[in-house]
Amino acid sequence: MNRRLVLMLCVLALAALPAFNALPADHPLHVPDFLVSVVGKWICYAILALAIDLAWGYAGILSLGHGAFFALGGYAIGMHLMRLIGPRGVYGHPVLPDFMVFLGYTELPWYWLGFDWFAFAFLMALVVPGLLALVVGWLAFRSRITGVYLSIITQAMTYALMLAFFRNDMGFGGNNGFTDFKELLGMPLNTGATRAVLFYASLVTLVLVFWGCAHLTQTKLGRVLTAIRDAESRTRFLGYNVTRHKLFVFVLSAMIAGLAGALYVPQVGIINPSEFSPGNSIEAVVWVAFGGRGTLVGAVLGAFSVNALKTWLTSVAPDLWLIVLGLLFVIVTLLLPKGLIGLLRRRGS
Amino acid sequence: MPWLIPRGLAAALALLLFLSAPARAQEYEALLPGLAGGFAQQAETVERLGLLGDPRAIPLLQAMADARLLRLADGSLAPQQGATPPEGATLIRINNRVRGALRGALGRLQLVSPDPAERSRAAEGILRNRSAADIPLIEAALAREAQPPIRARLELALGGARLASEDVAVRREGIAALGASASPEARGQLLAARAANAELLPDIEAAIAAIDRRLQLRRAAETVFQGLSLGSVLLLAALGLAITFGVMGVINMAHGEFVMLGAYTTVVVQELCRGIPELAPWSLPLAVPAAFLVTAAIGAAMERGLIRHLYGRPLETLLLTFGVGMILQQVVRLAFGAQNREVISPDWMMGTLLLPGGVAVTQNRLWIILFALAVLLACFAAIRLTRFGLEMRAVVQNRRIAATMGIRTGRVDAMTFAFGSGLAGLAGVALSQIDNVSPNLGTGYIIDSFMVVVFGGVGSLMGTLIGAFSLGLLNKVLEPYAGVVLAKVAVLVGIMLFIQRRPKGLFALKGRAADQ
Repeated sequence: MNRRLVLMLCVLALAALPAFNALPADHPLHVPDFLVSVVGKWICYAILALAIDLAWGYAGILSLGHGAFFALGGYAIGMHLMRLIGPRGVYGHPVLPDFMVFLGYTELPWYWLGFDWFAFAFLMALVVPGLLALVVGWLAFRSRITGVYLSIITQAMTYALMLAFFRNDMGFGGNNGFTDFKELLGMPLNTGATRAVLFYASLVTLVLVFWGCAHLTQTKLGRVLTAIRDAESRTRFLGYNVTRHKLFVFVLSAMIAGLAGALYVPQVGIINPSEFSPGNSIEAVVWVAFGGRGTLVGAVLGAFSVNALKTWLTSVAPDLWLIVLGLLFVIVTLLLPKGLIGLLRRRGS
Repeated sequence: MPWLIPRGLAAALALLLFLSAPARAQEYEALLPGLAGGFAQQAETVERLGLLGDPRAIPLLQAMADARLLRLADGSLAPQQGATPPEGATLIRINNRVRGALRGALGRLQLVSPDPAERSRAAEGILRNRSAADIPLIEAALAREAQPPIRARLELALGGARLASEDVAVRREGIAALGASASPEARGQLLAARAANAELLPDIEAAIAAIDRRLQLRRAAETVFQGLSLGSVLLLAALGLAITFGVMGVINMAHGEFVMLGAYTTVVVQELCRGIPELAPWSLPLAVPAAFLVTAAIGAAMERGLIRHLYGRPLETLLLTFGVGMILQQVVRLAFGAQNREVISPDWMMGTLLLPGGVAVTQNRLWIILFALAVLLACFAAIRLTRFGLEMRAVVQNRRIAATMGIRTGRVDAMTFAFGSGLAGLAGVALSQIDNVSPNLGTGYIIDSFMVVVFGGVGSLMGTLIGAFSLGLLNKVLEPYAGVVLAKVAVLVGIMLFIQRRPKGLFALKGRAADQ
């Protein structure tokens, strides 16, 4: 009960941020704009961390390619946002986004059809990562590729996607990606109100995903997943279909990551192929490891704390950030195998 | 370049050649005074000198064209040296007609010049000219020319000149000669000649087809070479991984950074050697052991200090080594700067080697292929023939029994990891010759190297060899059709499909070792 209270207080504290932002600028409790957008970003990262934790912490699938699912979700919403720019682009073309005019497209490629409809784009932000996870996961789990092999394969997957999205003729804006978004669902971006709406949407999603994952892990399905993590062969010999279980959790996790990306892009206002870079995915894995994998609270805590550290350090001593991040990897694996949560629990007991 | 005979020697040889033809030498002497005559006589003399083909005339004609030719007080001719003409000398004037004659004559004379660069330039000029009148001249030049590149240009020019001839038989000869080459330019000439030679069309088409066949063959050969080159780079980068990942089961994500450290060691060794003239040309060979030792030491320290605490937990090892890689990369960036560092290749590695059939091969890449194979052999030898290799295999096969036999397994672990890291350093030395030395040098290779190891089969050097070269070749064969990026993507997808069939790679370990 105590734990639940703490969590609810945390959520309330987060929810208060945009409200305090709405206060007049000279008010002592006023929260600057940048803090709201930064924390909004962290919330999306926390959702991504939950996705990784679900696959890694509970089912033992260490994916080093979750950044790809995140980016694909972001690209899906990005395509919608590009379509909404309409004739307001620099070239003023009624249909085509600027980069297509620039690259000499005469009509919209077929895979852009339907993205002018928000519901379709939102659905794609879930379906595309899910389908990719289904194909990659099916290929991998079927031939019992586990452990580091799976990690390398997923890393190669995000690397290949990064290379592909860097190409101009993919029809996704090449290395510039998408930017200059104007509005979403009739709300102009870059206003305080929209920022607050996106912030609350992300926060509600985080709470829902957290709640869903918490329930999932308590069901029989969740128990089987944990069993697979701890003794895959034994679970298989007990008659469970390991491949199907792993595939389910991998696809679910990819869809959650896609959702996180879809919430992320309207808030930061840009998506480009560097989101696919293998470094991003592995950094997200470290959030989970640092917070404490195998616990949902740990994943969220890790995402918030590491990113808070990153935001602070990159403004104070940008050169040191990568060294500190590297040290985090070392500390977490050698000294804190259970993460911050493990440390807190040990203190508590 | 062996055909670069010292200029003086070449001049002496040319002189000897002309002494053996005293009649022509005399004619040359007799013609010279004509250069100082009236404009009409000048032009005629210039033309005759051009036809005579005595290279001694070149400096005189050149000076004449530049309006620097003097008639000295004693009546002899000489180019003006210095700003003012000497006492009693008069400048020889020319008009436009003479100027035209000079251009033609110089073009012809330069074909027999003792200076290869000048001959090469003249051959290019005559190649553009494509006139039947040049045929005897080119034939004469060809008879004398000894250097293959210039000969090739002259033959091309001869074919073009014959193609322009009035005589059908000569034209046919020209077509046949052009068809025997493998040059896109000859193909262009033949294509252009199609319209004017309706009666020779079958010959021309056959010649073009022959050239196309040869060009295709050459392209194929070059693709194979590029594939081997990429394969050798992958082999170097993957060998160390095959040791650490394949033999020890330690996944070292910092491997790319060890490669980068090897490249930076090369930079440092080069800077150190720069001050000592005797050592400067040997900086690259010196960098090889230096890079091995530096990266091996860092690898050993990393294994003893960090990795050994995580044996049996591969995912944690992966994260740990990734973090170490990040730190190494950033430390190097802070120490050396983020911009690319330059590594100078020694002379014997520079330039292009022309193999038979016109296949161009860059020397540094050839050296890297040889280096990669040498390193592979050294690896085989180290594992199969040395005490260390024996102990390493024993520990891999059964750690506890090996320990009871008195092998210090901890020490063997450290040495094995150091060995694998040292190999990464060697890869860095090689890469410094063909890639930019920058802090993120290694990141570009790490995923490909892992693919090589996974594809070739974990724990097998033979698999690494075959895997590296087949992936290199596959990449380069696909590139012309799919572009660089799509080829890479296709190879990655192909590997994923391949391990469906053979999850343990091409050369899977069999028996008990396979369970580990």
